[in-house]
Amino acid sequence: MDFIQNFPFFSIMLSMFSGTVCSVLPRRAARWVNTLMISLIGVLSFVLLSYLVVRGESYVYMMGHFPAPWGNEIRAGILEAGTALFFCVIMLLSMLGGRKKLQEEVVESKHNMYYILVNLLLSSLLALVYTNDLFTAYVFVEINTIAACGLIMIRQNGRTIEAAVRYMIMSLLGSGLLLLGICMLYDLTGHLLMSNIQAAVQGILEDGTYEVPLLVTITLMSVGLAIKSALFPFHAWLPDAYGYSTVSSAAILSSLVSKGYIFLLIKIIYRVIGYNVFGNSHIIDVLFVFGLMGMIFGSLNAIQENDIRRMIAFSSVAQIGYIYMGIGMGTGVGMTASVFHILSHAATKSLLFIAAIGLTDVSGGSRHFIDLTGAAYRNKWAGVAFTVGSLSMVGVPMFSGFISKLLFAQAAVQNHVKMLPALIVLAISTILNAIYFMKTVIRIYTPEEGSEYESVTFKNMKTYAVTLVCFILLNVLLGVSSQPIVDLIEQGLSMFA
Amino acid sequence: MSRRRSREEYERTLAFRFFRWLSGSKDPYLGRVEMKPQEEWREEESVQLDHLHDHQMLRDRIYDTEHNRKIIFFYKLYKLSAVVFCIGLASLLLYTVSYLPKTGAANRPANNEVPARYIEKGLQETGAVNIVTGMILDYRAFDTFGESNVLFVATVTVLILLHAKRNSKGEEEQENDRIFEPKNDAILQAGARILVPVIILFGIYIVLNGHLSPGGGFSGGAVIGAGLILYLNAFGFRKTEKLFTEKVYKWVSFSALTTYCLAKSYSFFTGANHLESHIPLGTPGHILSSGLILILNICVGMVVACTMYTFYVMFRKGDF
Repeated sequence: MDFIQNFPFFSIMLSMFSGTVCSVLPRRAARWVNTLMISLIGVLSFVLLSYLVVRGESYVYMMGHFPAPWGNEIRAGILEAGTALFFCVIMLLSMLGGRKKLQEEVVESKHNMYYILVNLLLSSLLALVYTNDLFTAYVFVEINTIAACGLIMIRQNGRTIEAAVRYMIMSLLGSGLLLLGICMLYDLTGHLLMSNIQAAVQGILEDGTYEVPLLVTITLMSVGLAIKSALFPFHAWLPDAYGYSTVSSAAILSSLVSKGYIFLLIKIIYRVIGYNVFGNSHIIDVLFVFGLMGMIFGSLNAIQENDIRRMIAFSSVAQIGYIYMGIGMGTGVGMTASVFHILSHAATKSLLFIAAIGLTDVSGGSRHFIDLTGAAYRNKWAGVAFTVGSLSMVGVPMFSGFISKLLFAQAAVQNHVKMLPALIVLAISTILNAIYFMKTVIRIYTPEEGSEYESVTFKNMKTYAVTLVCFILLNVLLGVSSQPIVDLIEQGLSMFA
Repeated sequence: MSRRRSREEYERTLAFRFFRWLSGSKDPYLGRVEMKPQEEWREEESVQLDHLHDHQMLRDRIYDTEHNRKIIFFYKLYKLSAVVFCIGLASLLLYTVSYLPKTGAANRPANNEVPARYIEKGLQETGAVNIVTGMILDYRAFDTFGESNVLFVATVTVLILLHAKRNSKGEEEQENDRIFEPKNDAILQAGARILVPVIILFGIYIVLNGHLSPGGGFSGGAVIGAGLILYLNAFGFRKTEKLFTEKVYKWVSFSALTTYCLAKSYSFFTGANHLESHIPLGTPGHILSSGLILILNICVGMVVACTMYTFYVMFRKGDF
């Protein structure tokens, strides 16, 4: 066995271990450990990704001395390694971009805990990405949920605590449904290992036994994960959680935490239930419809908002709707589009959150549009970054959002039944996106004479500006050289099956 | 080729006039249309008072949630739909359960090769007499490591939410609920003096014999935590502060989790790479046997005891 095959195990263990270590280190050292660890895991994932591209097939990795149905097992393919790499990059940039704000908003004695939470969150995301066992997935879903609550309420004011309570209730409901689903699936199949369950599910379908519980199981797991990733009717927790937490938390929550659950859902669809079984159940249509509704209603809510952070948060609802629409399309192309949109939305939404914080900082800390007039002149870097993010969200060519919209449209054309609603809603949603994002861009570029707020220059915000540039480059990279990435996603998805 | 125009020629063009209007340097209506400033409209004082009164009444009516029919209707609908939803979900689940395999039947899908190997070879492969411990701490030790981290992250989150820095100055002493602590409850103290050592000892016994008899890190840790909480209730924070501070909590959980992580990483690494593991399994039934399980049980026990005690003090007082 090649040494590189150990890397998924190293990544998970390193991030968990660094979480433990951060609890006893001084604050500054904990920050360094956090930054270094995320970068190191990113490098490991990159090496693993290139190894897997050359190797051309996935492999399973035994966690311990006992083979799979008895012991634990993780699995690595192109999609897993690529997602891990991408998550690390986004997390690193989000942490760097929100570092200054974290120091202002969080009590100094609690910084260590923030780094503990971030490290454990990363480990849980990595485990969700790499796991090949449903129960392991559930354990790390728990870590993910609790750490996310901590990330929301570490900036302590009334609204974040309320938001954290809401998030906790909704998210635990989702976890509960997922756990019920896993229990029933274990009862039906007698396995927790993904590949064994899939074989058993095929057997169930051939025998015709247990069809009702199987359908209920699929429903419970899909709905549980949909609640946790804020699909449209379950999104009530989202605007407050993203809108009031400290900016790194908002960026991490919107672009990584919800995406981790969606990734798990995709994994369950392909590797546990089987793509055809899932496609033939009507759950897929339900996800499709809710995705479409989310695209419209999320955007409508965003238009009504007068608070820039909450507006971006509501835009997430719409974008999650896009992803579920792609999953609900029921074709391989649709799934590719969804996975690409996971990446594209993660890169763009964290950019928007971090740029928005730069704009509100030069407007006296106010998040209302009336105070943001001309903010882009006072903080030029944030202005440009916000514009890039907005253009990408709206779907202007050269940026990542355009590619995902293109892929969604292509996927829609292949499905004759769902083509018309998908295309119409895609068009409406794009226009709605343009309305609220362009409104904001015009607002921040409207010159305001005699402004009472001071402007900032590059010297005062070096880390911040460099982070924004990295985000912009990432966005353009996804938008310009999308074909290799789409090819990798397709290869990765074919490794799943 | 662009043509250079003279200044006068340019000033006559439409574009020049348009840009001048746009920049506001010339108002086309100025001097052509008669303009008067508007008279400021002012209300009489009584009218203003009336308005204020109306406004107040409106506010009262809006915020009078007890008599607002729509809100009452909404709340009723909300409760009704919650009940309907819960009943629906419960009956759906009950309906599903009726289709599940019968409990205890021999041909259940869950009776397959997985539990068979745990039961038949568990003792031989893990060295633990207690199969359950062998399963959670050897076969599926990765899940259990995740589970201990769940406890750790839960404690961290509770610390974030409730940890209050101690006030040293007298002014804020009022808010310090230390002074409301029960003092010297003789019966409780006498009982605790006998019970606490027994409870903690019993907890340690459960942890150490996790691989031999029912129990293990999770249950033993909970018993130790309960003993600590009883001690705290009987003797107050002054006594426990000497024993258990934030620093102690930090280092205990750090060392427990680090030991678990390092020990198990060795085992995972050798297992996955098909290397030989140099950990002896020992004779089953002896206290020093079953490889890493004893150490892992102690680690899990420490984490669980710390978590329970920390939760209690945080919810009680917000400080160790």
